[in-house]
Amino acid sequence: MSTRVLIPSGVLGLGFSDEALHNGIKARPDIIAIDGGSTDSGPWYLGTGNSKYSQAVCRAEWRKLMEARAELGVPLIIGSCGTCGVDDMVDWMAEITREIATEFGQSLKIAKIYSSQPHAFIVERLNSGNWRALEPELPIAVNDIESASNIVALAGVEQIQQALLAGADIVLAGRATDTASIAALPIANGENIAAAWHGAKITECGALCSTHPTSGVVLLDVDHTGFTVTPMAADAHCTPHTVSAHMLYENADPFHLHEPGGTLDVTNAHYEAIDQKSVRVTGSRWITDDTYTVKLEAARSAGYQTTLLALLRERRYVENARQWIERLHAFLTTLISERLAMEPVSYDLDFRLIGMSATLGAQERRDTIPTEVGVLLTVTAQSAEQSMEIARLCNPHMLHFPLTDHEELPTFAFPFSPVETARGELYEFFINHVITLDNPMQAFRLETETINATG
Amino acid sequence: MQLGKLAERVRSKNAGPFWISIDVFCGDQQRFDTIVKALSSDTVAAIYKVEAVNLLRFEIPSLNVLKFSFPRPVMQGSKEDRDMHGAQWSVLLAETELP
Repeated sequence: MSTRVLIPSGVLGLGFSDEALHNGIKARPDIIAIDGGSTDSGPWYLGTGNSKYSQAVCRAEWRKLMEARAELGVPLIIGSCGTCGVDDMVDWMAEITREIATEFGQSLKIAKIYSSQPHAFIVERLNSGNWRALEPELPIAVNDIESASNIVALAGVEQIQQALLAGADIVLAGRATDTASIAALPIANGENIAAAWHGAKITECGALCSTHPTSGVVLLDVDHTGFTVTPMAADAHCTPHTVSAHMLYENADPFHLHEPGGTLDVTNAHYEAIDQKSVRVTGSRWITDDTYTVKLEAARSAGYQTTLLALLRERRYVENARQWIERLHAFLTTLISERLAMEPVSYDLDFRLIGMSATLGAQERRDTIPTEVGVLLTVTAQSAEQSMEIARLCNPHMLHFPLTDHEELPTFAFPFSPVETARGELYEFFINHVITLDNPMQAFRLETETINATG
Repeated sequence: MQLGKLAERVRSKNAGPFWISIDVFCGDQQRFDTIVKALSSDTVAAIYKVEAVNLLRFEIPSLNVLKFSFPRPVMQGSKEDRDMHGAQWSVLLAETELP
């Protein structure tokens, strides 16, 4: 026996080849699984509970996948709805799903898995010792948990299997591990557990494990002894190198992957080309944990930001840009204290020299004089109003500040009016822990709803 | 010679919000052997200003890859962070002269 999973792309919203999807449908998969989330774009998405990808793009792609699902009569799963996987983003995908179902006249059973965590539950886990820090260890107190604007737990295969058991045509999962939605059905069907997780890890970024990454669509066959991965675009190939190299990607440890309930060990995995397109993988191991743990992600506010950008082109200022921002920083600090009665403990001015060292900062080793320099000033303060007030105070000095006291005032290039751009709230990740659950559903909620096509 | 000129590709990326991982694709076994010998973990730790004990090193001969992972000195997306995806960090290693 074998279970066939079609993975259309690494994430909903990134795109896939229609032709490759068509080839994937012809291969008659048992399930279609796609991921919707990531922390890779930073803490703002979790902090505010927003999607990185446009709703119109997600809808257009989801429409194609719902069409494919109806044609095949198999379940369709998305994990980590709306980038961050908070409850609101599950509802966001549910709304898109209802609209498309109505348009197509599809009758459906939808299962929604909610991953958002009430503060009280996380505090209870912490107080009862059902909580463990991961490396690097971040110091966390009970008060810190209260400061989170959103906390999610990453679901594994067990929660998705519950949704499939409920007879769902479409599963909309909140935050889940990238691999869980792919591994869930093969494991439920009794295939090799290690092969299911390993195959899921290889295919979770779609065709990134092939020679044609942007084609998106890959097919995963998991059986009792291993798995086979095949890209669906006509001109894409998987080789033992492209497949095994994917274990390096975004993994601190390329041989071990921690998942809810256990650890995948691929140290002795064997990768073999079985034809021009497909790679067969055997020899991975699954080590079951004694307790069932799920990882947490949390974000909280870290102030409000406003940015200003000035361009220096005049040679003398470009050559002396570092001294200029040092002098300007000192001047502004005094002025903010005098005029706004604020001291640096309550706000932050951050100057970056674009064209010189904006990317690497103090680590930059190259020291050449560029044609021009962009001076990006980021103001961070405790409220949006304070941040904007400080930025407005800085504005005329970013425009006219001289290198020395006794010289005519220069005027630099401002590309925008107003020069201040409110960036809104800054968020930070601040939890790097797992919690132990009494049972896999303890931190998750499963709801089902039926959509009846009318007419 | 600079590492980036000898190796086929040097890339970096976040591995979650708290880690950076750097992959050195050496290209073939000969270059892999050369780079593995020439590039000590202490050198890499010093370049990225992290404690050597926190630096993970993986030598993967089947791929001719040398991989390093370490906790991010600045957390992803914090106000001190300059590179949300950690993808330009590899340049520091690529521009390192091998002894």
